[in-house]
Amino acid sequence: MTTIQAQVRQYIEDNFLMGAGAAAPDDDASFLEHHVLDSTGFLELVAYLEEAYAIRIGDDEMLPENLDSLSAIAAFVERKRAAA
Amino acid sequence: MAAALTPEVLALDCGAEAERIARWMRHALGTTLRKRGVVVAMSGGIDSSACAALAVHALGPAKVFGLLLPERDSSGFSTARGRQLAQHLGIAHELHDIAPALEALGCYRQRDEAIRRVVPAYGEGWKNKIVIAGGTDGGINYFKLVVQSPDGAMHEQRLPLREYLQIVAATNFKQRVRKTLEYFHADRLNHAVIGTPNRLEYDQGFFVKNGDGAADLKPIAHLYKTQVYAMARHLGLPDEICAAVPTTDTYSLPQGQDEFYFALPYAQMDLALWALNHGRPAAELAQALSIGEAQAQRICADIENKRRGTHYLHARPLLVEDIAAIAD
Repeated sequence: MTTIQAQVRQYIEDNFLMGAGAAAPDDDASFLEHHVLDSTGFLELVAYLEEAYAIRIGDDEMLPENLDSLSAIAAFVERKRAAA
Repeated sequence: MAAALTPEVLALDCGAEAERIARWMRHALGTTLRKRGVVVAMSGGIDSSACAALAVHALGPAKVFGLLLPERDSSGFSTARGRQLAQHLGIAHELHDIAPALEALGCYRQRDEAIRRVVPAYGEGWKNKIVIAGGTDGGINYFKLVVQSPDGAMHEQRLPLREYLQIVAATNFKQRVRKTLEYFHADRLNHAVIGTPNRLEYDQGFFVKNGDGAADLKPIAHLYKTQVYAMARHLGLPDEICAAVPTTDTYSLPQGQDEFYFALPYAQMDLALWALNHGRPAAELAQALSIGEAQAQRICADIENKRRGTHYLHARPLLVEDIAAIAD
């Protein structure tokens, strides 16, 4: 697991699952399909990613393939940082 | 063989359905609710107009009280059509401008503060609305702020989380203040309050909890919007009302319901929701709407996501344990 994956997993467990005993889904599992995030949840996640990793996520990047799993997020954030 | 997926699947025997709703409404008032009539807030739109007309059909005009509740951002058409409807139905009604109450609560100030954090120049003479984006294009739903400066120029920007939540929270004052007034009149008249969502709104959670979502009975929550239009025509409502384009009438710029929430015009949304509810494959929906199959799948996924995401809006407050003595 990358550092980014671990950090985002911790963020989701702390802020969305509220320490209720549930763990964030597997690295490749969809947040949508596992009902971890709704549309407001994704907006919160985007705000967190932009602040935590000093990136700006464009409208055309608001896609499941960039944001809908821990591994997708890690790859996306790494691409964004590399391009910065 | 199943019927072809065309608008015909939404055909309704409006006469029989109006009678069924009338029997249900009389039974609900007389036995469950034990109230003497109903209060309906009338926006001039098709849903509240159809509800008021169905109530008059069920109970007679003397047992229906109409409310016209405009505010600063309401279209002038709302009040004119609402008044026209009340006169057409022959019901008692009252107009109450809720702008001063909203002003006192900070509705406009809180909203405008959030808008100015995104568009610092926003101020007197500007107009605003929120539009949805992403979901039906295969992306993740998010919201954009659209503002119009006094010179007519339009500006559009994605809303950050905090500003989006504050604008929506401030705007929700409108529906909640209206409901407060509806219950004031219901209490003083010993009436019940009618909620006016159609099936799209009810299913997809397009209402404000403890705002327009609050009611004692919802007579058209099972009817697709297409069917509500048919019912309104069947009940002989004025042409201006039957031809009204659905809007939220909540933001100062004209805002279609499809822009803000549904992402598709209502006739297409009706067909998509009907197809999903009847287990029709996405390929069939694609053909019916003249779109690609992948797009049809995204629309169905969007409907299911919204249904799931707004489920809590329908729920009673959660309790640690059931209290059997007051169970249904």
